[in-house]
Amino acid sequence: MTNLQKELKVLKESVLEMLKLVLKQLDKASEAFLNMDDALAEEIIHTEKRVNAMELTIDKQCENVFALFNPVASDLRFTISMLKMNSDIERIGDYADGIADYVVALNGPIDAKAVKDARLAEMFEIAYHMLDVVIVSFESDNAVLPRQVFKKDKQLNEINKASSTLIEKMVLDDTQKTREALYLFSTIKKVERIGDHIKNIAEDWIFYMDGEVLKHRKKVPKSTD
Amino acid sequence: MEESKKITIETKKISAYYGDKKVLHDIDLQMLENSVTAFIGPSGCGKSTFLRLINRMNDYIDIFRKEGDVFINGEDIYKKKVRIEELRKQVGMVFQKPNPFPKSIYENVIYGLRIQGMNNKNMLNEIVEKTLKQAALWDEVKDDLKKSALGLSGGQQQRLCIARTLAVSPSIILMDEPASALDPISTAKIEELIYNLKKEYTIVIVTHNMHQAGRVSDKTAFFLSGELVEYDDTNTIFTSPKDERTENYITGKFG
Ligand SMILES: Nc1ncnc2c1ncn2[C@@H]1O[C@H](COP(=O)(O)OP(=O)(O)OP(=O)(O)O)[C@@H](O)[C@H]1O
Ligand SMILES: [Mg+2]
Repeated sequence: MTNLQKELKVLKESVLEMLKLVLKQLDKASEAFLNMDDALAEEIIHTEKRVNAMELTIDKQCENVFALFNPVASDLRFTISMLKMNSDIERIGDYADGIADYVVALNGPIDAKAVKDARLAEMFEIAYHMLDVVIVSFESDNAVLPRQVFKKDKQLNEINKASSTLIEKMVLDDTQKTREALYLFSTIKKVERIGDHIKNIAEDWIFYMDGEVLKHRKKVPKSTD
Repeated sequence: MEESKKITIETKKISAYYGDKKVLHDIDLQMLENSVTAFIGPSGCGKSTFLRLINRMNDYIDIFRKEGDVFINGEDIYKKKVRIEELRKQVGMVFQKPNPFPKSIYENVIYGLRIQGMNNKNMLNEIVEKTLKQAALWDEVKDDLKKSALGLSGGQQQRLCIARTLAVSPSIILMDEPASALDPISTAKIEELIYNLKKEYTIVIVTHNMHQAGRVSDKTAFFLSGELVEYDDTNTIFTSPKDERTENYITGKFG
């Protein structure tokens, strides 16, 4: 194994560790919000510092690889994808932390029926599954598996779209519930954004594996030669 | 846009032998005008042999033999009626080790012109200044033109050799590892020079420095054991090569 290969292996291990930590954060955020569990929320907020520190470490690792090893071809694509994945993973961590903040701020129960109608639990589950698929693909060097997340992301977008009417109705029905409604709505938005970031991660991983850019594909059609 | 560039050098099914040993296998390659083409590949894969086919330098090696054709601007350069001196004027070459003559800087630059019989002092002066400027050496030597070229540093000597090559106004410049013996600053100067020269010349460069190929060339050809494995835009070769052997070579993973 060349020195660069060793370096890239360490980098991959760091990214994997961060992915797993953020998956846990997402799982806890789901539980904390659905059960309005303050203690769990505090735990997430505490752990967020570790996620941020990991992001900085990975940034530094990538920087070193670029500066010292001048990676090319698949090594270059790998390092670029780790760098980009890193910032997306960090953002997912941010959103989990944001949801935990809501739990603390709301400081009380939330209308269970509204949560159910808005399909929030389902959203959390989809997002969790998406991130899990990405992690498995990452661990097993799989470029096909992560394509699953694109369909899942569309489901999240649909649930998110449908939620605005529900939230509007919730407020109109009972203005007392406005605060709850806002927090619910904001949380839905966050989970939807989490889906977008997981999608980015999947794209970056496929870019590395296949040397293919999926992003903006509609705008820039690939020539068929 | 790129594709509309004119083909300057073209080889058709070129094979090369030293005695019984075949060192190049049926190579078809097109090199474009005003472009830099880099040859990369492990030691002994045939890069220099291929490069020397373009100015018939291999002709001096007794046991050398070739099959196939080399065309420059559509003309077969191995045809009987082609005069080697004319070819050499058209195709200049820069070597790995700078090889100035033990003469003054001035005489080194005009060496080829003297051989051609040019004596017009004003014209010679003009050419010396112009080519030394092109070679990014003028500012460093303009007050020492009469001094011996051997007193220059390695990097300066190499730029002098480039000026000497340019003085006979070739249209093609072949370079065989032109910066491999130079420090990073001289290397950067040579690379910048190559980049600027391509506006007027067709340049082919052999290099062992992968990143140099990346920095200076438009197209890269990867050779392995006498075969042309992959030839593509340099950025494609260095980001997503198509052949696994290319990938393994440029990333330093073998086997
Ligand atoms: N004058 C010669 N006589 C016999 N064999 C030769 C001669 N020159 C080169 N060869 C052989 O031809 C093959 C290709 O050599 P060539 O010098 O073209 O390789 P190269 O790619 O330029 O290598 P390097 O990167 O080390 O300069 C090698 O196997 C070499 O041993
Ligand atoms: Mg050589």
